Amino acid sequence: MAETTGIKDYIKPENLVYKKTGIMTDNILHYCPGCGHSTMHRIIAEIIDEEGLQSEAIGVSPVGCSVFLYHYIDIDWQEAAHGRAPALATAIKRLCPDKFVFTYQGDGDLAAIGTSETIHSCNRGENFLIVFINNGIYGMTGGQMAPTTLPGMKSTTSPYGRDTRQMGFPLKITDIVATLPGTYYVTRQSVHTPANVRKTKRALRKAVQYQKLNKGTCFVEIVSNCPSGWRMTPVEANKWLEENMLPYYPLGDLKTPSEETSQKTNNPE
Amino acid sequence: MERELRLMKGNEAVAEAAIRAGADGYFGYPITPQSEILEYLMEANPYQTTGMVVLQAESEVAAINMVYGGAACGKKVLTTSSSPGISLMQEGISYIAGAELPCLVVNVVRGGPGLGTIQPAQSDYFQAVKGGGHGDYHLIVLAPSSVQEMADFVGLGFDLAFKYRNPVMILSDGAIGQMMEKVWLSPYRERSKTVPDWATTGKLPSRQRNIITSLELNPERQEEFNRKLINKYNEIKEKEVRYEEFQCEDAEYLFVAYGTSARVCQKSVQIARNEGLKAGLLRPVTLFPFPSERIGTLSGRAKIILSVEMSSGQMLEDVLLSVNGEVPVYHFGRMGGIVTTPEEVVDFLKLKIMGG
Amino acid sequence: MTEEIIIAGFGGQGVLSMGKIMAYSGVMQDMEVSWMPSYGPEMRGGTANVTVILSSERISSPIIRQFDTAIILNQQSLDKFENSLKPGGMLIYDGNGISRHPERRDINVYRVDATEEAGRMKSPRTFNMIVLGAYLKIKPLIKIENVIEGLKKSLPERYHNLIPLNEKALNRGMEIITRISL
Repeated sequence: MAETTGIKDYIKPENLVYKKTGIMTDNILHYCPGCGHSTMHRIIAEIIDEEGLQSEAIGVSPVGCSVFLYHYIDIDWQEAAHGRAPALATAIKRLCPDKFVFTYQGDGDLAAIGTSETIHSCNRGENFLIVFINNGIYGMTGGQMAPTTLPGMKSTTSPYGRDTRQMGFPLKITDIVATLPGTYYVTRQSVHTPANVRKTKRALRKAVQYQKLNKGTCFVEIVSNCPSGWRMTPVEANKWLEENMLPYYPLGDLKTPSEETSQKTNNPE
Repeated sequence: MERELRLMKGNEAVAEAAIRAGADGYFGYPITPQSEILEYLMEANPYQTTGMVVLQAESEVAAINMVYGGAACGKKVLTTSSSPGISLMQEGISYIAGAELPCLVVNVVRGGPGLGTIQPAQSDYFQAVKGGGHGDYHLIVLAPSSVQEMADFVGLGFDLAFKYRNPVMILSDGAIGQMMEKVWLSPYRERSKTVPDWATTGKLPSRQRNIITSLELNPERQEEFNRKLINKYNEIKEKEVRYEEFQCEDAEYLFVAYGTSARVCQKSVQIARNEGLKAGLLRPVTLFPFPSERIGTLSGRAKIILSVEMSSGQMLEDVLLSVNGEVPVYHFGRMGGIVTTPEEVVDFLKLKIMGG
Repeated sequence: MTEEIIIAGFGGQGVLSMGKIMAYSGVMQDMEVSWMPSYGPEMRGGTANVTVILSSERISSPIIRQFDTAIILNQQSLDKFENSLKPGGMLIYDGNGISRHPERRDINVYRVDATEEAGRMKSPRTFNMIVLGAYLKIKPLIKIENVIEGLKKSLPERYHNLIPLNEKALNRGMEIITRISL
């Protein structure tokens, strides 16, 4: 049989421009095409890998689309009940203060059912990282209204658009936690362009350092998308994100150590 | 080290016993009639001596999820509350059972439903022994009837929790929580330095990563897990039944009562015997597993069995299942925070003897 | 020997702590003891009562309705507990503020005007020790030295300078208790 050129001929070290991070597992991601979760998972895996934290890291996954996060990153994981990840993380960090502890939560999980745990763990200055994915919708259950759904935005439970008189306003929980003395570093980023991916990575790297220094809660919001829930193509979704989400949820640092109130963490030392 | 004699409230005994049992963490929220536990621990400040973490959570919901987080790290952790707070914890307890985590939950029961009363009751029996939250699961349930047992069951509870990787509940009540009695405290046990192989403490190169979850979307695998749990509960039923008997050898009239009601019924047995009635008491110490077999045996001699409990008749159902229709079984007990008196129990027994 | 006691009065009269000191003393004499308070809003200003059982045997029910002794410190408590005494039982009451005095003839009634005496001693806080002294005069189940030990255990150290005063109050109670014949 004649030799033909196949894919194997191209997989050579000299041809590689992009490769899987060692800490990502071989499990196939279940996310929809264009979803920001996939990008965020990779970024977190890269950070853990590059910072040499695999044997230190304990992640807490939420209920929501990223419920199966523990299938994808090769570290120890705890799966929390809906909204309770910061409570788990509180105990983990207090009982294992040398570990790198983080939660990964969506907007429904963190800013609706888990508001109390979010506010109080930030207020106690618990020394872990909260990664907050805000895409303005409940993705996993099929596109219902979230606490962060924009005014007028349609969802399966706001089919005529979010009527703020009836359904309240989008909750800017990141702005709220930035006012709490327990938080040390609060920032809002996105992952919809390569430049934003790089900024997000820098933000997470800072959060890792701050946790090592026992500085208090670090809170990183990622304004993200939901092409399926928003009923858009990935490209349309990212455009819609820029035109609608970012004006309401502007990117940038909300609280940085230079302007922080130098509140010490309450963790027992 | 020697055991130490103290005069303590049941609630204080739980707190002191937790420190001595080598607990790694306590997470709780104030509620009457058990707030002394958190108060005692905060004052004792064991972080300075044993390294035990004590934290006042923002709610019972947070407290039980902190317990989840700590237990999943292989740590010896507990929470305590009273009935309304325990209801709030049920979601978390279900997740803990589903993730097969060891932990200790103490319920110092007060009367319900709803906000109810702050006085003692035994109306959370169903919730404690039949699961309580969603899904097919059981807690191991220990029922102390003295301040001594409040202390002793903390250590025992942790041992059983870790042996079976299952949450353990101490089902007490406001009377035992608030009462002071003599208590012999066990010597201090060191906090464990070993980490169970399933715990999440950071993935070492030498092992696979550990994942603590109760989620399984594949129905066949979930059913397999349910069967695994059943097997575990069956083993617990086989090995861990505990009970105590008072004058049951020749008892024609058998009281079955746990906790405070069992104390009351000890006196009822004396009163009845003074009046020539051959009464006896079987006190279940474990409510799950329930001493069904022993009650079944004792029912062979009995003419009447009374399930005495401060509820509308909850343990009654387990007594009925144990007796299986062989002997008449009645329920007697007060509710609403009223503790049954020994005389009332005997009067009710006499009424039933006369066919009332 | 089993002695079943109810102590009842207003919150703030030292009802619970008197019971606690009796229980501590009992422990020191190797007795079995139980101390069962009424708790909740009652503790905060209203009426307070505590059941104390001292026994040479294992105590069955810590919650009882029939008592050997009732120590009664206000009218509501007298109305509530006079009928809970066993026939032949002992009732000790402080006459202060009492308009309806004990009426049962099948019990032994004693009066100790401890409120008045504490006022005379210019130390209202020793009120409950005067009452306890009165009780111990009639039923010397526990020794004064153990009561003093019990006081040391239940009082914060900064109050230990008050112990001699409390001892004086105990003795005073023993002196002023009087039997009432009905």
